[in-house]
Amino acid sequence: MQDRITLQVARYRPEQESKPTFDEYEVPLREDWAVLDGLNYVKDRLDGTLSYRWSCRMGICGSCGMTANGEPVLSCAAFLSDFAPGPVRIEPLRNFPVIRDLVIEMTDFMHKLGRVKPWIINEQEPAEGAHGEYLQTPAELEDYHQYSMCINCMLCYSACPVYGLDPSFVGPAAIALAQRYNLDSRDEGDALRMAELSSHDGVWGCTFVGECTKACPKGVDPAGAIQRYKVTAATDAAKSLLLPRAAGR
Amino acid sequence: MTVTHDVIIVGGGGAGLRAAIAVAETDPGLSVAVVSKVYPMRSHTVSAEGGAAGAIADDDSFEEHIYDTISGSDWLADQDAVEAFVREAPEQLLQLEHWGCPWSREPDGTVAVRPFGGMRKKRTWFAADKTGFHMLHTLFQTTLKYPPVTRYDEWFVTKLLIEDGRVAGVVAIELMSGRIETLLARSVILASGGCGRVFPFTTNAAIKTGDGMALAYRAGVPLKDMEFVQYHPTGLPFTGILITEAARAEGGWLLNKDGYRYLQDYDLGQPTEQPVLRSMELGPRDRVSQAFVGEVEKGRTIDSRYGPVTHLDLRHLGAKVIDSKLPFVRELCRKYEKIDPVTDLIPVRPVVHYVMGGVHTDSNGATPLPGLYAAGEVACVSINGANRLGSNSLPELVVFGARAGVAAARHAAEHPPASSPAIEAQARDEHRRLQDLLGRTGGTERLADVREQMQHVMEGSAGIYRDGGSLAKAAGTLRELQERAGAATIDDPSRTFNTELTSALELSAMLDLAECMVHSAWRREESRGAHQRTDFPARDDERFLAHSMASRDPDGVPHVSYLPVTITGWPPGERIYGR
Repeated sequence: MQDRITLQVARYRPEQESKPTFDEYEVPLREDWAVLDGLNYVKDRLDGTLSYRWSCRMGICGSCGMTANGEPVLSCAAFLSDFAPGPVRIEPLRNFPVIRDLVIEMTDFMHKLGRVKPWIINEQEPAEGAHGEYLQTPAELEDYHQYSMCINCMLCYSACPVYGLDPSFVGPAAIALAQRYNLDSRDEGDALRMAELSSHDGVWGCTFVGECTKACPKGVDPAGAIQRYKVTAATDAAKSLLLPRAAGR
Repeated sequence: MTVTHDVIIVGGGGAGLRAAIAVAETDPGLSVAVVSKVYPMRSHTVSAEGGAAGAIADDDSFEEHIYDTISGSDWLADQDAVEAFVREAPEQLLQLEHWGCPWSREPDGTVAVRPFGGMRKKRTWFAADKTGFHMLHTLFQTTLKYPPVTRYDEWFVTKLLIEDGRVAGVVAIELMSGRIETLLARSVILASGGCGRVFPFTTNAAIKTGDGMALAYRAGVPLKDMEFVQYHPTGLPFTGILITEAARAEGGWLLNKDGYRYLQDYDLGQPTEQPVLRSMELGPRDRVSQAFVGEVEKGRTIDSRYGPVTHLDLRHLGAKVIDSKLPFVRELCRKYEKIDPVTDLIPVRPVVHYVMGGVHTDSNGATPLPGLYAAGEVACVSINGANRLGSNSLPELVVFGARAGVAAARHAAEHPPASSPAIEAQARDEHRRLQDLLGRTGGTERLADVREQMQHVMEGSAGIYRDGGSLAKAAGTLRELQERAGAATIDDPSRTFNTELTSALELSAMLDLAECMVHSAWRREESRGAHQRTDFPARDDERFLAHSMASRDPDGVPHVSYLPVTITGWPPGERIYGR
């Protein structure tokens, strides 16, 4: 096996460059090294000016999303050996403004997340168990569990062609997280989330390309969440013609 | 520019977010700022796996959880704090349940509990083996419904401002723009986590550099019990990624090179087919990690390219149990070790996991500096003493996060806002210091080299076993490294998301904490819990039933004094496991 691999890393420093360029670095190619280990080698030994986000290096904090050879990946969970013989072209996640180098601007998602009300909403307290917990059977947990696994890594937004064309689209992760609460047996906030989800920028924006589900490193199926919600929303819209009710409870 | 809030929380992990909600609920009129160097859902709480202890089972009691925690701490925990912690843990975990945390359930819909190391009853709540992840995201998403909570995401706090002997705010850098800002507040809560990155081999995320501990220390607040560093017995050999204790709680075995369950040779009980509480693989972390060193000395470990390892065997649990109870363990092993725990042995070795010590606080999170609070791993209340039990740290976040939030809200309501020429002068000085750092391009050394040497010194002198000679030597080396770090080059002059600047600030913090650890360990001439001195192998209650308090001398060297342990009802005794 070769013992070095070349990283072609996108650089953008707004104080110095008007548009992104690429710098090349040669790093050791070791079988247990992730792309992130290669970048850390660059940062520590070759070029301290390279900026990127990372933290847990175990695929759970969601910090280190980037584009490697055109695909959105968590750089701590994509291995250099899978890109051999190289070079590996490393760019920031697509569909986002770039702050610097590999660091993208994600405040748009943070606003959208708040807008879908990702918290438990209930006025009538659910049935309680012996210790005061809201009862929830394993089957009820299973209903939403998959959608609770989202780590907010932004890979799905980077993969989503709709978001790429129209950044006002609420987008896969935020919709999946809204569904995570809609489907939770302890929650009755679906009517309050409907305004956001059923709007023009909500689920109807999705053309069901399914790239989000393919990109998700945690096995969440945002495309499925969106399709499922479209059915719910269409049914509720039809019902509301027959049976008007207040938007909130 | 200067911004004013009532309460500033430094750190957006489990403790910080719980504190933010507590402030908002205590007094909705107060404005709360959560200032974190990462987006809150990136905080290291996210990596916690196994669970959160809270005594709710019918056969369990507060007294038993208290006893387990105190004996686990080798009697260094403050017993009044432990009592408060144990009594409030279940209600805080229930609160998380009401906020949506997807706790694993029994078939009837009640919350399930699992066994954990050093605990004599099943009392650990869990969300499969991603408990910290679910707690953090539940808390973060819930904070979004509280309008008084303002977030400063990706802001790095560099200094505490102090006026008339009380805290007045912080100076922070907005990473995206490089803007340096003064944020004033009547109360400040430190909730910025521990400092495992002082060591080379750790489960801790890159962000765990002890920034908050250093902020307090430099503001004159003592750091308590810093010599107590927890090695978790089971980390993956190259990455240090944690394999949760729940793997052993569900029935996993630790084997040496002969396939022998070696813990039976270390006074931890006899092997049985089914796991027995407080026995063998369910012993406390300090003792299980120490047993590993024993196996190395006997030549009974397995050689790997990353040094000696033992094996964690989950194969007999079968795919069904592993997939339902330990899915993340399987995912991590497949991804990072290219093995499958259903069919393969997992190579593991002890790995730095948690710092029992931290900013000295009382049971309400109050530090000796009026207006300054601390909660979570950054703090030392102390409920963990010389050795924390697994699954006590997650409830610690919410119990003491909530307590600190309430106390900080009350303090803010009772005190006028601070603003004075003296504070402005402090802020200006800090501004200038940071500007100077950005211009330090001509150094001869790389930051990473100094950092690696610090980590090497810490592993060599302050690891699982220590002795006076190597600690004394380490103290000298760390002094030199402080100077070298102060002259290391910062090649990046940019203001925009300058991670070399933050690395320099983090290294400086870690060196202060490394010195506190080494000096506190050097002075403690006994062996207790996670602090094992080969030159003083016995516990010495006569001299050291006391907390180490490391304060910063004017020349920057730590000075260590002692504070008695609070004993309420459990006099020091022998720690007994497996018999």
